[in-house]
Amino acid sequence: MMKLTLGPVFFHWTADIWQDFYARIADEAPVDRVVLGEVVCSKRLPFYETLIEGVAERLQRAGKEVVLASLALTTSPRERKMLAGLAASGFTTELNDLTLLHYLEPDQQFTVGPLVNVYNAQSLNWLIAKGASDICLPPELPIATVKTLAAHGSAQNTRIEVWGYGRVPLAISGRCTHARLAAKSKDSCQFVCENDMDGLAVDTLDDQKFLAVNGVQTLSGSRANLVGDVGNLSAAGVNSLRLSPHSEDMVHVAKTFRAVCDHHITEQEALAQLIEQAPGLQYCNGFLFGQAGADWSHAG
Amino acid sequence: MKELELVCPAGTPASLRAAVQAGAHTIYCGFADETNARNFPGLNFSRTEMAESINFAHENNAKVLVAINTFAQAGREYLWHQAIADAYAAGADAVILADLGLLAHAAENHSDLRRHLSVQAAAANPDAINFYAQEFGIKRVVLPRVLSVEEIAAINREIDTETEVFVFGGLCVMEEGRCSLSSYATGQSPNMNGVCSPASHVVYEQKGTAMVSKLGGFTIDMAEQDAPAPYPTLCKGCFRVDDHTGPVFEDPTSLNAASLIPQLAKAGVTALKIEGRQRSRAYVTAVVRSFRRAVEACAADKAIELGILANLSEGQENTLGAYKKTWR
Repeated sequence: MMKLTLGPVFFHWTADIWQDFYARIADEAPVDRVVLGEVVCSKRLPFYETLIEGVAERLQRAGKEVVLASLALTTSPRERKMLAGLAASGFTTELNDLTLLHYLEPDQQFTVGPLVNVYNAQSLNWLIAKGASDICLPPELPIATVKTLAAHGSAQNTRIEVWGYGRVPLAISGRCTHARLAAKSKDSCQFVCENDMDGLAVDTLDDQKFLAVNGVQTLSGSRANLVGDVGNLSAAGVNSLRLSPHSEDMVHVAKTFRAVCDHHITEQEALAQLIEQAPGLQYCNGFLFGQAGADWSHAG
Repeated sequence: MKELELVCPAGTPASLRAAVQAGAHTIYCGFADETNARNFPGLNFSRTEMAESINFAHENNAKVLVAINTFAQAGREYLWHQAIADAYAAGADAVILADLGLLAHAAENHSDLRRHLSVQAAAANPDAINFYAQEFGIKRVVLPRVLSVEEIAAINREIDTETEVFVFGGLCVMEEGRCSLSSYATGQSPNMNGVCSPASHVVYEQKGTAMVSKLGGFTIDMAEQDAPAPYPTLCKGCFRVDDHTGPVFEDPTSLNAASLIPQLAKAGVTALKIEGRQRSRAYVTAVVRSFRRAVEACAADKAIELGILANLSEGQENTLGAYKKTWR
């Protein structure tokens, strides 16, 4: 059966919004696994750090598996301490770069997030040998590669996950574009990223939607949406789809994906429901077919 | 003070010879396919050229590093494995790798071939670097362009691995090896195909009085008539964000850290890297010659002439990039 994972919130949501979001996920969203914590910017973590344990407990009581995410880019001693803390937290942790491996015990299992470069079986096997139980593949992989890697994963009891919904994480930088656009620098940013719940839209000069900025991260302007490709992904041996939190109704998004995975509605019906619920969003699924990631193969 | 090793680019055998003759201690280059991150038409080395070029370099006391620094595509790994085997057979002094699978493969099958960790592996702290050293026996790491000089010094205090840092040339504003911007617009990525913003997906279009530079259907830049249309490198483009119009990620600047050479030496760096395997022989000669003088001056504790490189940035502004904390 296809599982659903709710990925970590990439954006800087206020602590209240963050907590309320997960309360509703715990109560209503049919997801199997929830990845919590800060991936993009270590400066944001103090705003909600003390809430994580309570939220994790609530999600676990609701029957969800909880995983704590690690930073995508670790440079400072303080950030390295954060990773040491994660490794000792008692929770399963998710790698977003290899630094965390340094802090895990040799027999400690972990999961792999979409920002780790797993492009071939040998990389996948290496991570599995180190203790990876679940691997979310890089979003730019085409379905033929996904299929090959899913076969290797399955042979070793490791679940293979694909980026299923949400703006695609495309790049990370040492520089905070969000702060610079507000005429500030990373070290004195005043958390301007808090104003943009889904990131700050970057359009082309002829007003085409293109990218989105989220602190040091750059995401796609369109949301990846593979609800119309669930059949293909199942056939390719994919075990799980990752849904990335945004400001639209994520409970509805999760329910819609769940209904398609369980064959209660068709892919076309699911897509129509998502469009009806959040009109005006732009979708993409091009990476899956080896095309430009921004391409969209479905109507609507 | 020991002279810093100058690691210089070569896109062709002629450039390699020019770089060696201009005073490069070390040359890095790649095979003519997607195994290296500068997979441009007309660039890079055949197997025979690689072997001959390595011979030439060795006769002139220079080293050659072979960059096999893209990520092996599933089902086509043989191409990358062959590249490593051929680099070894040709007498390469080291291979520059990024892919976990290839690192494991090289450590297992060519244990006596020296391994450097590519900037594409994005190892940005001592824990990650020590981990790569312990797992795959890497002897040198090319540091990601996200670190300040102080951070580089701190890293060097905690690792035994040599460090190599970029000092001149094009500047990626995104952490390399972790950027899919190009494939989002074109389907072709640095990690999988060794290309970024590839010419095959570029279109220039007249729109009114303006010339529009497009990449894979997206407008990346625009020039008024008579001005040359800029090449649409995605992260250097002009975009619209709320009421801001202009460069969003990085201005079209070029890295020039010549003034920081003494500080980088003091920070414990072993080697300085010059970007630009796609550049002409004349450019490589001029840059290498200037930087050789600069590292010699630094080793002799003399002042570095800074004017010498100003003309080589092709009219672009220079930046110190992440070496200076305020860039962030």
